[in-house]
Amino acid sequence: MRRRAALVFAFALALAACAPTAELRGTGDLGVVIERTAGSVLVVETTHRSVLGRVPGLGDLSHASVVFSRDGRYAYVFGRDGGLSKVDLLTTSVVERIVQSGNAIGGAISQDGRLIAAANYTPGGIRIFDSETLQPLSEVPSTYGDGTRRAKVVGIADAPGNRFVFSLFEAGEIWIVDASDPRNPRVTKLLGVGRQPYDGFITPNGRYYVAGLYGEDGLALVDLWHPEQGVRKILSGYGRGEKPLPVYKMPHLRGWAVAGRLAFLPAIGRHEVLVVDMDTWREAGRVKVHGQPVFAVAQPGGRRLWVNFAFPDNGVVQIVDVPSLEVIRDLRPGRAVLHLEFTPRGEQVWVSSRDDNVVVIYDTETIGELARIPATHPSGIFFTARALMTGF
Amino acid sequence: MIFPRLVVAATGLALASTALAGEPEGARRAELVNMVRQDCGACHGYTLKGGLGPSLLPGALAERDVQLIESVILNGRPGTPMPPWRPFLSEAEARWIAEQLKKGWPE
Ligand code: HEC
Repeated sequence: MRRRAALVFAFALALAACAPTAELRGTGDLGVVIERTAGSVLVVETTHRSVLGRVPGLGDLSHASVVFSRDGRYAYVFGRDGGLSKVDLLTTSVVERIVQSGNAIGGAISQDGRLIAAANYTPGGIRIFDSETLQPLSEVPSTYGDGTRRAKVVGIADAPGNRFVFSLFEAGEIWIVDASDPRNPRVTKLLGVGRQPYDGFITPNGRYYVAGLYGEDGLALVDLWHPEQGVRKILSGYGRGEKPLPVYKMPHLRGWAVAGRLAFLPAIGRHEVLVVDMDTWREAGRVKVHGQPVFAVAQPGGRRLWVNFAFPDNGVVQIVDVPSLEVIRDLRPGRAVLHLEFTPRGEQVWVSSRDDNVVVIYDTETIGELARIPATHPSGIFFTARALMTGF
Repeated sequence: MIFPRLVVAATGLALASTALAGEPEGARRAELVNMVRQDCGACHGYTLKGGLGPSLLPGALAERDVQLIESVILNGRPGTPMPPWRPFLSEAEARWIAEQLKKGWPE
């Protein structure tokens, strides 16, 4: 008995010691910053622009992506090494962690929030997990051609109806997986979508899936209301027959900009952002930019576009004025800018500089610097507002 | 035509002297070590065990000779995402990278 009393006492002390962090709080202003070489994430908040804690032990995050539970409390972190970690932002700790493949590229969370799908390079395919426990539910191998090989899965996105949509790099296919019965997913395959799809994204309304093609100058478009109509090639021949410039880093399409009826897409091998009218899916303009674009993100509200670039031009961020389609500012936040993320209403943008070990925060109105947060080789920045958006 | 030839000859000499001197040194060496992990790593993974591009670990490159690796690095592989690095690397540096990759890339 005495032993137990002592334990209880110790526990109470421990609780008292953590009391300040146990304060009740919401998660709407939280987020994570990936520290790619350290295998950790920083849990951050955007109201006071501070770090709440560091969560280590997440494996190889040299390519990492994050989705959030629908309540904005948990971050699911997908690592390069197939690691899938469920991080509690409130306690800044790992609550579940599995290694689900040998080499992964990212993942998605289902419309109802119950399923996590991880997209894998080796072995190629997707695996579906219970978002509560990370227990495996099913697997869809990306077998193609004569059935002996598996393609690398790229560009996974969640679509309405608990569907996951993704592309097969080597196969040139887009697959739509209906996971409404998660132990028996049903696959619809769209073949011959174009050469070497390298990434994809879904429009904010969840209707259109777009895959970027490395092997040809055009993109593949699927209307998810009418998958039976197959794939439509858009912006074909945007290279106008000119020899493409070398691409030192693949653009990332998730989070690519949509502003009003315009979508902004990266050209491959051209230092241009392509503008497409989503009513007709025809070209509506182009913006000449500083290098090979990697991310172009629309400031919430859609008035401006912020663009970063591949090596060797990755020290620059350009701001494009959407109405005039002109570059209005060049910023130099630091060496090797890997990502940028806006707060939900767009008053701040956080920009990571890998080689300067810093996240630089800008006021989007004045374009002045607000703060700097030290981080070890920071890459992706993800705020919880993504929990509420299709395709994030 | 004479002028470009002269330049080529001069570069040749410069390269030969780096090759004789052995590996890149000091800041440049550190820069290359970082570049391969970070920028090659964008496609081959920071640990070089593969991503969109294949593994560049010694086991994976065992069958490839240094010359071939050097040439892929300098010229890329047309038709694949492997880009040419000639604008950023001398031939001696590409050879050094190829040799180090076969041995296991330094931290
Ligand atoms: C934009 C993506 C990308 C980048 C950046 C990149 N590679 Fe590659 N690399 C590839 C791809 C894809 C292949 C496979 C080509 C094929 O299908 O034959 C490849 C192939 C190679 C090969 C041949 C491997 C083999 O087994 O045949 C070597 C060596 C190589 N890369 C080295 C490098 C080095 C060194 C760097 C940095 C200086 C680099 N790569 C940067 C995409 C990339």
